[in-house]
Amino acid sequence: MTKLKEHKPSKMEALKAMTPADRRRAIFDGIMNNAMFIIIALVIIYVAIKNPRFLSVPSLVNIISLTAAKLPIALGVGGCIILAGTDISAGRQVGLAACISAGLQLTTNKLFPGLQVMPIPVVLLCVLVACALVGLVNGFFMAKFKLHPFIVTLSTQLIVYGLVLLFMQLGTNGGQTLSGMSEGYRNFIIKPLFTLKTSSGPVTVPRYVLYSAIITTLVWVIWNKTAFGKNMYAVGSNEEAANVSGVNVSKTIILVFVMAGMLYGITGFMDAARIASVNATTGLNYEADAIAACVIGGISFVGGIGKVSGAIIGVLLLQIIFAGLNFLSVDANYLYIVKGLIILIACSIDMRKYLVRK
Amino acid sequence: MDKNNETVLLRMEGITKEFPGVKALDGVNLTVRAGTVHALMGENGAGKSTLMKCLFGVYSKDAGHIYLEGQEVNFKNSKEALEHGVAMVHQELNQALKRNVMDNMWLGRFPMTGPFTSEKKMYDATMEVFNDLGINVNPKTIMSTMPVSQRQMVEIAKAVSFNSKVIVFDEPTSSLTETEVEHLFKIINMLRDRGCGIIYISHKMAEIKRISDDITVMRDGQWVATRPAAELEMGDIIKLMVGRELTNQFPPKTNVPGETYLKVEHLTGMYNQLKDVSFEAKRGEVLGLAGLDSSGRTEVLESIFGIRTRKEGTITLDGKPCKNRNSGESIKNGFALLTEERRATGIFGVRNIRENTVISSLNRHKKFGPFLSSKSQVEDTQYYIDAMRTKTPSQETQIRSLSGGNQQKVIIGRWLLTEPEVLLLDEPTRGIDVGAKYEIYQLILNLANEGKTVLMVSSEMPELLGVCDRILVMSGGRLAGEVDAKNTTQEEIMTLAAKYV
Repeated sequence: MTKLKEHKPSKMEALKAMTPADRRRAIFDGIMNNAMFIIIALVIIYVAIKNPRFLSVPSLVNIISLTAAKLPIALGVGGCIILAGTDISAGRQVGLAACISAGLQLTTNKLFPGLQVMPIPVVLLCVLVACALVGLVNGFFMAKFKLHPFIVTLSTQLIVYGLVLLFMQLGTNGGQTLSGMSEGYRNFIIKPLFTLKTSSGPVTVPRYVLYSAIITTLVWVIWNKTAFGKNMYAVGSNEEAANVSGVNVSKTIILVFVMAGMLYGITGFMDAARIASVNATTGLNYEADAIAACVIGGISFVGGIGKVSGAIIGVLLLQIIFAGLNFLSVDANYLYIVKGLIILIACSIDMRKYLVRK
Repeated sequence: MDKNNETVLLRMEGITKEFPGVKALDGVNLTVRAGTVHALMGENGAGKSTLMKCLFGVYSKDAGHIYLEGQEVNFKNSKEALEHGVAMVHQELNQALKRNVMDNMWLGRFPMTGPFTSEKKMYDATMEVFNDLGINVNPKTIMSTMPVSQRQMVEIAKAVSFNSKVIVFDEPTSSLTETEVEHLFKIINMLRDRGCGIIYISHKMAEIKRISDDITVMRDGQWVATRPAAELEMGDIIKLMVGRELTNQFPPKTNVPGETYLKVEHLTGMYNQLKDVSFEAKRGEVLGLAGLDSSGRTEVLESIFGIRTRKEGTITLDGKPCKNRNSGESIKNGFALLTEERRATGIFGVRNIRENTVISSLNRHKKFGPFLSSKSQVEDTQYYIDAMRTKTPSQETQIRSLSGGNQQKVIIGRWLLTEPEVLLLDEPTRGIDVGAKYEIYQLILNLANEGKTVLMVSSEMPELLGVCDRILVMSGGRLAGEVDAKNTTQEEIMTLAAKYV
C-alpha cells in the first residue's frame, strides 16, 4: 500500500516527460498494479446501482461485523504468508476451537454428560492451548526439518479434522451438531456493543467487533513494535541472512505458527457463539477466505512483505464482494468460483510487480 | 572472418536511456573492432550494465543506433541477440542447477533425432566445444555439484557454442582463482585470434591492463574516453573513472596492534574440510586471511561465528572461552560477521534501510518492556547513514534498490550497532567500486585504531597487502602459514596457498 503512495507523485511528474509508448506502458502498469482495487470499486458501484440497499447502514454494519469475525484468522494466516509460507490447516483449527468452545458451554452436554457450563476464561484458555499446540507442531516441523509449509499444514489439517470427528463422538453425542450453548457465553460474544438508530429500524453492533479490534491492535503492536515482529519480517525476506544476523530462525518460525494457532482459536471461539450451532465441518475452507484476503491486501507470497492494514482491507473487500453477490441474488455456489478467481488474480497481480523489476 | 584489426564489428552510437527522473545513459558511444578485447570500465552505477541491457534489448533505448557489421540492429531480447551472434556471460549465473552440464548447454535448442532429443548428439557437441576451449568438465556432471568457477566455464562455453561474433563478459573473474583466471584469459585470447570482438567488464585494474586492447571509461551514464590500453596507466584509468585523482588505493596505516586478544585453537569443521586451524589476533590488528577459493577461508570465519558446526576447537576472547554455538550467542560475545554473498546472506532485499540496519541490535531499542522504540531506531539508522555516507533517498527505501557499495555500508552499520570487539569480514569489498572501496578500507583501519580486532578474508591480494598487519594463508582447509604484510610478496603468499592443494 505504501509502495503505491511512495511512487505515485514521482510517476505523475514523469508521465508527462515520457514518450507515448512509455506513457502507455506506465499507465498500463498503474492499472495492473491496482487492478484488484479497480475491480472491487466497479463491483461496489454496480451492486449499489442494481440494489441501493447494498450501501444502507444495516448492510454496512453487517459487512463490518463479518469482517471483524474473519479478521483474526486472516491475521494468523498473514503471519505465515509473511514467512513466505502458508497455512492450510487454519480452517480446521477454527473448527477445532469452535467444537471445544461449544462442547464446554452446552447447557445439556451430551459430549461430557454431567459437565457444568465452564467459566468463559477457562474455555478460552482451553481453546488457545489446543490451537497453540497445533501451531507448535506446524512450526516445529517447518523449523527443524525444513519441510515445506504446504506439506506440514496439509498433514495437520487432516490430523485436526480427525481429532474433531473423534471429539464429536464423545459421550452420547454421536457426531451430532452442537447447539444450545449457555446464554452467558453467547451474550459475551454477540450482545450489542451499541445500537444505531436508522430509518429502517435499530441496527446493533455486536461485542465481538470490539474484541476483534483489540486483537487486531495487539497483532499490529506485535508485528511492528517487538523484536519478534521484526524477526518475522527478516526471516520471511531472507532466512539465511536472518540466521547470520543473530535471529533465532527456528524460534521465530515456531512462534509465528503458535501465534497463528491462537488467532484461529479466537476465531473459532467467537464463531461458535456467533453461529450458535457447531459441527465437524465448521471452519471448512476458512483458510481459502483468509489467504484470499491477505493477497488482496498486499501480503505477498514472496515473503517479508505485508501489513496489518493490508489484512484488514483484504478481509473488508472480500466481505464487500460476498455481500454484493448476495444482494445480486447470485447462487451461493458461484461464491467458490469467485473466491478461486480472486486468489488467482490477486496473486498474479502481486507477482507481476516482482517480475517487472528484474 | 576478416582478421583485419580495423574491421568494426559492433558500433553503438549516441545511446540514451532515461528512467523516470534519471538519465541512465546520455549519448554513449562504443565501438568494438574485430579481433580485439574492449574493456568497459566505470564505477558501480556508471551505466555499464544499462548499456549492455540496451544492446541485448532488455531495455529499449530512447535514442541512438546500434550497428552490427554495418547493419543497423535493434534486438528485442537476448535470444534474438544470440541468433545474430551477440552473446553475454553474466556475472550472476542463471543455470538449471539440478540438471547436468550438457542439458544446460543446449537448453532451448536441444539436438534432435526425429521427435526425440538426442543424448548422444548433445554429448558429442558438448565435448567438441569443451575440447576446443580446453575445458575439462564431464558433460554429465550435475551443475549444483560443481564449483562456481567451473559453472562459469560452462557458461562461457555456451556463449561460444552459438558461434558468437561479439561476446560480453560481465565481471567474469569475480569467483575465479588465479589459475582459472589464466585459463579464462587463454580462452579470451583464442576467441580474439579468431576475430571475435570481446567486451570485457571488470573492476580489476590489473586484469584490464593485461587483457584488453582498448578501454572505454564511463562515468555517471556518460561516455568519458576510449583509448588504446597501452596508453593508459592504472592511475589514469582510476582518474577517468572517478573524475578525480585517487593518489593512493589504500589509506595510510595508522593502527598499532596491542596485546593478544582473540585466540583460536584447533578449529576443525564437522561437515567441511577445515582442519586444526590455530591462530591468535591482537587488539587493534587487521589480520588477513588469504588462500584460493574453497581453501577454507570463509569456513574459518563462519566456524568462529558459530553458523558452521565445529567438530573441535576453542575460541578464547580476552582470556574468556567463548562457545559461539549460534549467531545470537556470538553477537553477545562481541563478534560480528560480514558475509561474502551480500544478496544471499546479507540483505533483506524487500525490507527498508532502517529494518536492515537495526535487525541485529533490537535489544538496544527495548525502551518499554518488550516494545521497541521507533525513535531510537530512526536515530541509530540515521547515525550510520551519516557516518558511513550511505547514499539513499530515505530510511524507508528498500535496500535492494541501492548500489552494492551502499548496501555493504548498511550491513556494516548493522554490525557496528552490535558493538562488536571482533569483526569477521568476508570479502568486504566484493563488487564495490573504487571510491567506495577506499572508504571501506578507511573504516577497517579506523576500527583497528579503536582497538577492535579485524579478521578479513579477501581474494584480492593487493588489498590484503595494503590493509592488513599480518596475513594467514589457508590451503586445503589447513593453515599453510603466516606472513607479515609489510615484508611479503604476492609470490610468497601464492606458494603458501598451494601448499596443501
